[in-house]
Amino acid sequence: VQIKDMIDKETVQHIARLARLELSQPETEKMQADLAEILGYIDMLNEIDTSNIEPTSHSIPLLNITRNDNPHFAEQETIESMLTQAPQRQENYYKVKEIL
Amino acid sequence: LDFNSLTIKQLHQGLVKKDYSALELTDFYLEQIKEKDGQIGAYLQVEPEVARTQAMQADKALQQGQDINLLTGIPGAIKDAIMVKGFKCTTASRTLENYQAPYDATSVAKLRESSAVFLGKTNLDEFAMGSSTERSALKKTVNPRDYSRVPGGTSGGSAAAVAGGECVFALGSDTGGSIRQPASFCGIVGLKPTYGAVSRYGLIAHASSLDQVGSMAKTVEDCEIVFNTIAGKDEKDSTSIDFKFQISNFKLKNIRIGIPKEYFAEGIEPEVREAVMGTIKKLEKEGTAVQEISLPHTKYALPCYYIISTSEASANLARFDGIRYGFSKGQDNLASIYTQSRGHGFGPEVKRRIMLGTFVLSSGYYDAYYLKAQKVRTLLKQDFARALEQVDFILTPVSPFPAFKLGEKVEDPLKMYLSDIYTISINLAGVPAMSLPCGQASDLPVGLQIVSKPFNEAGIFNLAKTIESLN
Repeated sequence: VQIKDMIDKETVQHIARLARLELSQPETEKMQADLAEILGYIDMLNEIDTSNIEPTSHSIPLLNITRNDNPHFAEQETIESMLTQAPQRQENYYKVKEIL
Repeated sequence: LDFNSLTIKQLHQGLVKKDYSALELTDFYLEQIKEKDGQIGAYLQVEPEVARTQAMQADKALQQGQDINLLTGIPGAIKDAIMVKGFKCTTASRTLENYQAPYDATSVAKLRESSAVFLGKTNLDEFAMGSSTERSALKKTVNPRDYSRVPGGTSGGSAAAVAGGECVFALGSDTGGSIRQPASFCGIVGLKPTYGAVSRYGLIAHASSLDQVGSMAKTVEDCEIVFNTIAGKDEKDSTSIDFKFQISNFKLKNIRIGIPKEYFAEGIEPEVREAVMGTIKKLEKEGTAVQEISLPHTKYALPCYYIISTSEASANLARFDGIRYGFSKGQDNLASIYTQSRGHGFGPEVKRRIMLGTFVLSSGYYDAYYLKAQKVRTLLKQDFARALEQVDFILTPVSPFPAFKLGEKVEDPLKMYLSDIYTISINLAGVPAMSLPCGQASDLPVGLQIVSKPFNEAGIFNLAKTIESLN
């Protein structure tokens, strides 16, 4: 089975749920066509044998840099500049809707 | 006095000699923006009073003769994916349309320490995803060289602002060509630094292993001055690196240049090839050793890039949840706020990339796509490492064609992706590359891409200055 045939409507809806994206009906159809085309193109990578190749996640070799986990207390001005951008707040907290 | 005909060093001399003040210089550019930007559309936000206040502070420093450097009082523009305290930072998205930057990006803080002046924030493709700036949700930007054409993208506003004479220099960011391709389309100089050369702190993340902040300007020297100011290790970006790389005695006779055959194959417009090859012939005449090389995995770079960049983007953009900042929609419960805020706040290209990235990372597909792409990335990186053992610089076109018409590719995502074919490998390999104007095709600018070893920006600047002087 070719990958582009696997991108059916249910797959698109499943991925949209994982990505927390609401898609309209026309958006879902367009997305299905676009993803099928792009993934069909990406299939080209299967021409290369990569069985003995190590993956690269970063172009430069990096080691983790650690620090002590000490709390930093921000100035009220910084807190304000962050919290005033929230749709809903209560005191120094973000306010959210019920979770379940 | 036409300030646009002067370089940063020349402007600096005039400021020091008090031929004009920093305020006059800033007012000149504010006037240019007022005159031209209605048509060009480079800026998303201009704050004349903020800029004038900074200019007056620069004048004070110039008066006292203290803490002066080449950028003191020089007006620049900042891509609207890079945070400048006191300005909004929208990434040209509805999601962040009203977002106020709470702090400076490190690159911006360094410019501020140099007393540079910020004229405003420039347009881009939403979240730096695109190749023409047409994917901005907030504004249309045109190419100052031909108003019917795109400025390139994603740093199209920055390129248009420089090319249109609406600032002296600009900052852009480059994930797959977003500094070099618009620089090429608008006929200016743009550098994508080595990964790690410039701090990414305060750059709104697109794909973290590929993103770099870089400088854009009219001349190589101007581009270098800005790069030298923003480069360096930053404790706020653990991927930034301390580096020192110096080339002494740069001579065209002592360098070796490689021409990758894969970059001159089918698809390139003949006039673009001629402009690039013409420049290479000039170098050969000056005694530079030129040889054909091969980067054998070139054709796999684009599919590799669209797996890696979208994977990283889907993770990076998970933070836009409608809770802490940005566009928020939905009433009933937390889940509906997530899906509706994201569904209505993001534009079509951003959603497409989040979907693609989520798909290739999802259970059952991770090995076939994401891991596969990471392995191909190793091969691409090895291509460059091997080539750069044989030669000091690799020269290629930046784009197979000059600036295309507005609307020409916007309906076809894959066609748009293909316009980045010569620039994306460089980000995957992490090497530095510059776009330098090298001629014209159908009266439109053509950019030459100069690639070198990691942290050999100094070598790229030297070669680019020499080429500039030959033209």
